[in-house]
Amino acid sequence: MSEALVIKLLFAAGPSINTRLLVAVLISVALLATEFQSLRLEPLRAALSFLVDPIRYLVDLPSTLSQRLSDSILSYETLKKDNTQLREQQLIDQTKLLKFEALEQENIRLRALLENSFKLGEQVLVAELLSVKMAPYEHVVLVNKGTRFGVHPQQPVLDANGIVGQVIRSLPMSSEIMLITDPSHAVPVQINRNGLLTIAVGSGQTNRLNLPFLPNNADIKPGDLLITSGLGGTFPPGYPVAVVDEFNPQPNKPFASITATPKALLDRNRELLIVWSNSNPIPLTSQHNERESENNSDE
Amino acid sequence: MNNNGGYGRIILSLMFAMSLRIMPFPAPLALLNPDWVLLALIYWSLALPERVGIFYAWTFGILTDVLLGRLFGQYALAYSLIIYLCLKLHKRLRQFPIFQQGMFIFFCLLLSQLLLFLIKNIQHPAQLQATFWLPVFTGTLCWPMVYMTLRFVRLLRSNQ
Repeated sequence: MSEALVIKLLFAAGPSINTRLLVAVLISVALLATEFQSLRLEPLRAALSFLVDPIRYLVDLPSTLSQRLSDSILSYETLKKDNTQLREQQLIDQTKLLKFEALEQENIRLRALLENSFKLGEQVLVAELLSVKMAPYEHVVLVNKGTRFGVHPQQPVLDANGIVGQVIRSLPMSSEIMLITDPSHAVPVQINRNGLLTIAVGSGQTNRLNLPFLPNNADIKPGDLLITSGLGGTFPPGYPVAVVDEFNPQPNKPFASITATPKALLDRNRELLIVWSNSNPIPLTSQHNERESENNSDE
Repeated sequence: MNNNGGYGRIILSLMFAMSLRIMPFPAPLALLNPDWVLLALIYWSLALPERVGIFYAWTFGILTDVLLGRLFGQYALAYSLIIYLCLKLHKRLRQFPIFQQGMFIFFCLLLSQLLLFLIKNIQHPAQLQATFWLPVFTGTLCWPMVYMTLRFVRLLRSNQ
């Protein structure tokens, strides 16, 4: 009796560990092979993220709490100073905006003359950074907004000073954002001064971008502002990216060595803006005019 | 030994290891952050081989993939293989002095890191930096600490 029980217990364990390993390895390899080729496993990842996201939010909790705490025990003096400063800043920004509106109208009119389409303003969503380290040698950060807010991959991400990066993966409650300084990231840019087009590649350091594709005689100098060119379609045109800080021609090589400092405060910001760029061009005034003239001729 | 309890403790300790894995340490420390999940899995597979097996390793591997935003299956693959080795050798490993055990842990961590590098390299050719191997060394140095802590956690259970 007892012997039979022991034998039963011994064999009740199910398949041997060799079989189990084989199954585990086969499933893993199958998953890897699928992931290499397609995005078909994204729903599975989204489902599993419900198990994993609580851990991420838990790890982020201390820094959020300390932030809240320091916010709530700010002294009256600091608040007053901040308030004055912000008021002044707002006044300045408001005046700039007044001018901006007139300029935008003028721009639309001019583009209409050139029969060129003009993109409408963008919609933004404020997302907060989770202080979580995914991989030490990659510049990928996590924010607290995901597909529930309509965030989708390849959306540009900004802060108040410039381009931060792009969404590379969105889960239901969080999204992964690759910063422009990641070694595998590149932004199509142009020099604001003369419109020279090039590509800014991440260097792996949070305060540096490389411009590896400009010849030694390129018209570029330290202090030049780089803005997004809008080529490639991921980033809307016209946003500041970086300021050139070094230009070293390399006579023995086809391209110069140029480095730039990102405008966005990549390692100091907690709030980021995720952007939806509206791809419908607004109706041009010239079309209105044409229609009106047609109407007139009909009459 | 009470066979019903204990699963909660194992899972909680593994969750804790996962949260240590993504803790936002300052820059130089982040490069040293070892693979806590694998260390915890190795401990449990050596201590309770009849409970923590390849299924645990694979499941927590998949969760780690999601946690770190990696391709599906790479941590699952590495963890299953390492835990298989641990299960095969657990009777011998338990008798080893801590130094020899440390050598084994070192090779486990090295193997797992090597597998992860190979998979990453298939995905897109990656540059191999010396700092990539640092977690293997710090993980080995952390092993006695992990061992003591989890042993304490495990023995708490039988006192209840």
